[in-house]
Amino acid sequence: MAALRDETATARTIVLDVPQWPGHLPGQHVDVRLTAQDGYSTERSYSIASASMDAKLELTVQRLMDGEVSPYLTQTLAVGYPLELRGPIGGWFVWDPDGGSDPAGATAPAAPTPVLLVAGGSGVVPLMAMIRARAEAGNRAPFRLIYSVRDPSAILYGDELTKRERAGDGLEVTYVYTRSAPPGSSVPTGRINAAVLTSAGWPVEASPAVFVCGPTGFVEAVADLLVRVGHDPRAIKTERFGPTGGQR
Amino acid sequence: MGIVSPGFSGRRRSADERLPPGQYLVNDFPVLSAGPTPHVDTGKWEFQITTETGQTHRWDWEAFRALPADEPTVDIHCVTKWSKFATHWRGVSLDTLLAGVETSAGFVTARSYGGYTTNLPLADLVDGQAWVAYDYEGEPLEAEHGGPARLLVPHLYFWKSAKWLQGIDLSDHDTPGFWESLGYHNYGDPWREQRYWGD
Repeated sequence: MAALRDETATARTIVLDVPQWPGHLPGQHVDVRLTAQDGYSTERSYSIASASMDAKLELTVQRLMDGEVSPYLTQTLAVGYPLELRGPIGGWFVWDPDGGSDPAGATAPAAPTPVLLVAGGSGVVPLMAMIRARAEAGNRAPFRLIYSVRDPSAILYGDELTKRERAGDGLEVTYVYTRSAPPGSSVPTGRINAAVLTSAGWPVEASPAVFVCGPTGFVEAVADLLVRVGHDPRAIKTERFGPTGGQR
Repeated sequence: MGIVSPGFSGRRRSADERLPPGQYLVNDFPVLSAGPTPHVDTGKWEFQITTETGQTHRWDWEAFRALPADEPTVDIHCVTKWSKFATHWRGVSLDTLLAGVETSAGFVTARSYGGYTTNLPLADLVDGQAWVAYDYEGEPLEAEHGGPARLLVPHLYFWKSAKWLQGIDLSDHDTPGFWESLGYHNYGDPWREQRYWGD
């Protein structure tokens, strides 16, 4: 491990030097394996947070109170420690910053497909990789992120998201607070509903590519709402993690 | 043995012979799906088996529920590394469903409402190894877990147990399904840890 960065009181980004990393697409994950002195080992999957072109690989890990692996990664693992990982893994929940152009090579390039990202809690991690990859590739696909968090202290990457949004190159971020919102919040406190998805997301006619990531209940609810509002189920990609399901 | 993680002792010490390599035990039932959950009305539900010669056998919900059912208790293993022991199901054995089907096919593609597909050798669906299940723990199978009915093939990683099952296509050729085309192993035996391409 090359560096660590605390994102919130319970989430930490671990920065890894990975020799011969083959590169990855934003949205992919790695399998992390921990091995004890006596040979006991266990594995979990964690989403990659960094863009594919970064020299270092970053994972952001949310500590689960009764977790077996996340407390080690967020509290014990120190700079210089080795970490065994495998990846990148997953070819579905990905957004390709180099794709989206007209493969037929028409003279007038087609407008890039708009993207809607909907995050619940630490489900923002693979979506952040997409946001970072978009910026690094100079891709101009319009991105809208709807990010559901308990309260402002639980936001991951808050400063960076603000900075990237202010760059004015087509990223818009809307926070939805489930417990307590800061003064001046544009959205009422509570769960994401159809009105928020419509006002802060894209109209159905824009045919956005949609990525939803978060706990199972959150993803079920949001994906159902999106379908009910009229989005094509085939355009909605989901990634879920249960309380025991690691980051996937 | 892999790289030792300094300061890691781990929690689950007892080697459980029921747990395949790289898996850990859970008590809840996590959900893994690639997209929104299809909600299929049993009034419109139909299950089909299509043979390699194009012959189709069909059951509507009523006919399907009238078939003799089994109540298997099985351990299940998800490629995302959780395993769950002693899950109770009720469903129709593939042996029952295939009894009147004439085929010499070697492979099947299971098709789901919503477009999901997965491929298996036919040999893995017969001889009491697989069911089309509609009850879980004594209750109708919930949509998020694959209801009205899902394939249940507990000896392979659970992505092979297609949710929202609509039909089974028999074929002489093996065609990779959804996850099998996206980096996951073509066969998926948890005891040989066949998670990804190349395993």
